[in-house]
Amino acid sequence: MGLAGAATAYEILARLILGPEHVPPLSAVVPEALRLLTGERFWTATGRTLAAVAVGLVIALVAGILAGFALGSVPQVRRATSSTLDFLRPVPSIVLIPVLVLVLDVRQITVLLVAVSCFWIVVFQVLYGLRDVDRVAVETARAFRLGRLARIVHVTWPTVLPYLGTALRLIVSVALALALTGGLVMGAAGLGEMIWSSQESGESTGMYALVLLTGGLGIGLDQLARLAERRLLHWHVATRREAVA
Amino acid sequence: MKALGYALGLPAVLVAAWWVASDGSTNVFLPPLRTIVEAFGDVWFSDTFVSDVVPSLWRLAAGYAIALAAGVVPGFVIGRWAVPRALTGPLLAYFRVLPAPVLIPVLLVAVGIGDATKLIVITVGAVWPILLNTADGVRAADEVGLETAAAYRLPRRTRHLLVLRGASPQIFAGARQALGLSIILMVVSEMLMSTDGLGFTVVQFQRSFAIPQMWSGVLLIGLLGFGLAKLFELVERRALRWHRGHTGQLTERP
Repeated sequence: MGLAGAATAYEILARLILGPEHVPPLSAVVPEALRLLTGERFWTATGRTLAAVAVGLVIALVAGILAGFALGSVPQVRRATSSTLDFLRPVPSIVLIPVLVLVLDVRQITVLLVAVSCFWIVVFQVLYGLRDVDRVAVETARAFRLGRLARIVHVTWPTVLPYLGTALRLIVSVALALALTGGLVMGAAGLGEMIWSSQESGESTGMYALVLLTGGLGIGLDQLARLAERRLLHWHVATRREAVA
Repeated sequence: MKALGYALGLPAVLVAAWWVASDGSTNVFLPPLRTIVEAFGDVWFSDTFVSDVVPSLWRLAAGYAIALAAGVVPGFVIGRWAVPRALTGPLLAYFRVLPAPVLIPVLLVAVGIGDATKLIVITVGAVWPILLNTADGVRAADEVGLETAAAYRLPRRTRHLLVLRGASPQIFAGARQALGLSIILMVVSEMLMSTDGLGFTVVQFQRSFAIPQMWSGVLLIGLLGFGLAKLFELVERRALRWHRGHTGQLTERP
C-alpha cells in the first residue's frame, strides 16, 4: 500500500508539477523498463557490470582475508600498521581514478576500484574478528596440543567468520556502486555507461527505466549476499535463533 | 613514547621510501615525491584554494548537514510508529540498495547543472545510512526504560528524547558511514558536472597532463578524507562518552 501511494504521488508530481519532459511519469518508465528487459543490450551491460563486481569482490576477499590474518596475528605488526591503516581507510578510492586512467584501461580500473574499496572493509572486519577471539578457547586448544594450523581452523576461523559475513553484505553494495561509478565517470562498458549515455542523448525515460532496473539489481545482489551469509553461518547462534523465530 | 613510535614509525618509513624511490624517477606518470610536494604548495596555497577547495568544502558541509537532518527526523518517525514504518518499508528497502552515484544523471536531468544538483546528490546519497540506522536504533529502544518513563508520567517530549538518546550510538554509526559516502559523492559529482571544485580540478590536471599537480590534488582529497574521519571520531567520542562501548576499551562492532 505504501508503494502504491508513493507511485501515485510520484505520478501526480511528475505529470503536474515537474513536467513529463524532465521527469517522466512512472506510467512511461515501467513499460520502457519492461522493453529493456527483453532487449539484449541491457543484459550485456548488466553482465559486464556484474563481471566487474564479481572479479573485484573475489580479489578483495582473498587479499583482504590474507592481509587481515597476516596483520592481525602478530601484535607488533598490528601496532606498527594500525596508524597507516587508519590513514588509508578513509581515503576515498575514487581519487585513484585520475591516476589510474593514465596507466590502465577503464575496464581494469573499474575492477581495481571495486577491489580496493572492498579490500579495506574485509581487512577491518577480519581485524575486528581476530580481536574477538576467545582467549580461553585459544589456551584450551593449546593445552590439547593443537598445532598452529589446527588452532586457526578450529578456533580463530569460526570467530572471524561472522565478521566476514557482515563484510560480505557491506561489500556487495559498495562493489555495485563503484562498478557503476566506473561507467559513469570513465565510460567503462556496462550499466553505468548505458545510464550516462542515455542521459547525454536526452532519453530521460530510458534513463529512468535503467535506474529503476539498477535498483532491482541492487536488491538481487543484496538478497544473494544475505543468503550466502546464512549458508556460511548456518551453525551460528544468531542464524539458528532467526530460523526458530 | 613507545606508542608514538608505533604510530609514526611505519608512515615515516613509507613516505621516506616513496621519496627515495621516486627521486630519480623519469616516468612522466610517477613524478618524484619532491616535485609533487612542490606542486602541492604552488597549487593549493594560492587562489585555487578559494576558487576550488572552498566550494568543495562548502558543498560537502551543506550536503552532509542536510542529510543529517533529513535522516534523523524521518528515521525517528519511522522507527517510533508502526504506521509510517509499514508505509515506507518497501520504498526504503529499494532506496537503500540503489547505488548513490546512479542518481547523478537522474538529478542532472531533473534539476540541471549547478550547486543545487551537487548538494542534492550528496544529500540524497548520504541520507540512507543515517535514516535506516536511526530507524533501527529507535525501534530497538529500551522497553523497560520507556515503560518506567510512562509510569512516572514523564512528558511526551522527555520520552522522545530518551528514545533518541538510546538510539544515538547507532545514529552515529550511520553518520560515520554517510560521511565517507558524502566525500565520494562530492568528488564524483564534481568530476561529472562542475566547473570548479576538487574533483573538477583533479580531472582537469589529468586531462592537461599536469601530472604532479594532479597527484597533489589526489593527496589533498586523501588528507581531507582522513582529517574529516578523525574529526568525526573526536565528536563521536565526546558525544557518546556515557555509552558503554566508549567508556571501556574502544571496540568497534558492526
